[in-house]
Amino acid sequence: MMSSSLSIVPVFRFSDFRYLLTGLAVFFLFMLLPDTGLAVEPLQEYPVPPPPFSEGIFPCSDCHRDLEVNTKKRQLVDEHQDIRLHHAEQVRWCLDCHDANDRDRLRLTSGATIPFTESYLLCGQCHGTIYRDWRAGVHGKRTGFWRGPKRYLLCAHCHNPHAPAFVPLVPAPPPLKPRPGNDRVPTHEKRPH
Amino acid sequence: MKNDSAKSVELDRNDSVTRRDFLKKSLVGAGLLTLPGLLPGCTWEEFSQKHFSELAPAELEQVLRRLKDQYRRCYGREFQLSATGPLPETAFAYALDLSKCIGCRRCVYACAEENNLSRSDPQIHWIKVLRFPNGSMNPEDAERYYAPDKVPEEGYYYMPVQCQQCANPPCVKACPVQATWKEPDGMVVVDYNWCIGCRYCMAACPYDARHFNWAAPTLPINEINTHTHYLGNRPQEKNVVGKCTFCIQRVREGRYPACVEACPVGARKFGNLLDQDSEIRYILEHKRVFRFKEELNTQPNFYYYFS
Repeated sequence: MMSSSLSIVPVFRFSDFRYLLTGLAVFFLFMLLPDTGLAVEPLQEYPVPPPPFSEGIFPCSDCHRDLEVNTKKRQLVDEHQDIRLHHAEQVRWCLDCHDANDRDRLRLTSGATIPFTESYLLCGQCHGTIYRDWRAGVHGKRTGFWRGPKRYLLCAHCHNPHAPAFVPLVPAPPPLKPRPGNDRVPTHEKRPH
Repeated sequence: MKNDSAKSVELDRNDSVTRRDFLKKSLVGAGLLTLPGLLPGCTWEEFSQKHFSELAPAELEQVLRRLKDQYRRCYGREFQLSATGPLPETAFAYALDLSKCIGCRRCVYACAEENNLSRSDPQIHWIKVLRFPNGSMNPEDAERYYAPDKVPEEGYYYMPVQCQQCANPPCVKACPVQATWKEPDGMVVVDYNWCIGCRYCMAACPYDARHFNWAAPTLPINEINTHTHYLGNRPQEKNVVGKCTFCIQRVREGRYPACVEACPVGARKFGNLLDQDSEIRYILEHKRVFRFKEELNTQPNFYYYFS
């Protein structure tokens, strides 16, 4: 039981206000500081390697800075002709995912913009069940430690966002057939095939 | 009376050890003792090594030192050879998504490199990828020598098979010398120094997951993986049986097996069944998993699923 002589009700003295005043002063000082542009992206929830950009294409603003924004859906003729959109192309084009005003970012349906390193948020808007599996570490490749830090891959590392079907690979060679010369199977095990 | 006389004859014989007999028997005994020394590649130390479970820590240390010396002589490389024990509160399990697997065999070769498997003559692979025609799950329809230009092929699906790390392993029961056993964290392992090469385990395994070293492994010196475990990927000798251990040398350090890291489509998932937040638990809770040849009651710790 608590002894009656021990007071647990704090006695408020002036000296306690010092901390509050200092805190307020620091807060206002920071408010007065000019915006340095050093605001960083919030800590990444999923550690991913850099997005798989084509060579020398990022930042997009290098070229787009001086270009007029044209929001009309059209066939591109001057640049990016190599991009064949095969991803619900009937109802979609560039500016549905790329932000018109800040080309270095992507755009969600809500209008919010996100960096390319968080493109999974964009893909997750439509592919919800896959996004759920991906966050759990089940859809897509996971490397690193089963008990410790894991490295995730962005959707775009395996699926080209403009044509997301997985591209077929050349398989590694088949195993050698067990026959004398290929494998040390004793000759008495040789059977006609 | 008859009994007594028999006894006295016995006693007489025992007493009458002649110098000639003594020398003869001594020579035979000495010959037997030097026999292991005469066998190629076998030292007295190796011959008299105890069973793994009976090795005291100091003795195990000595065994590891001896093997490292042997590998240095043989391959000219310095090996890291550990014998890390099972992890507490860990039960390893594996899951493989058959909808994702494209049959590219990257896992097969990553496994061979990680585990120092003989590259050719004999070529040993601990993973084999079976190609099934769509609609069939009968292993007799499976093809393992497929070689198209590109995978996946239309009309087929692929099923990699390796050791299923059974909870009820028939191979362990078949071993006449207890050279193979199940570790508490789930891997079925082989002590290559205790294996006598009888291959009973291979006959017992319904997954064709055990592989016999018909010869000492052929390993390109620059491709040797020197990060090894006594029960796992150390270079095996001639006439012993090897098998997948979920890369014991990696997973006991918290890393993923080599095949998980190699899979380009992320079809391979690995983790701790006792960890509620692991990928493997998520798969068991959310996917419709099955185990290969479940009807044999081998109780694999290897789950397949279609996503």
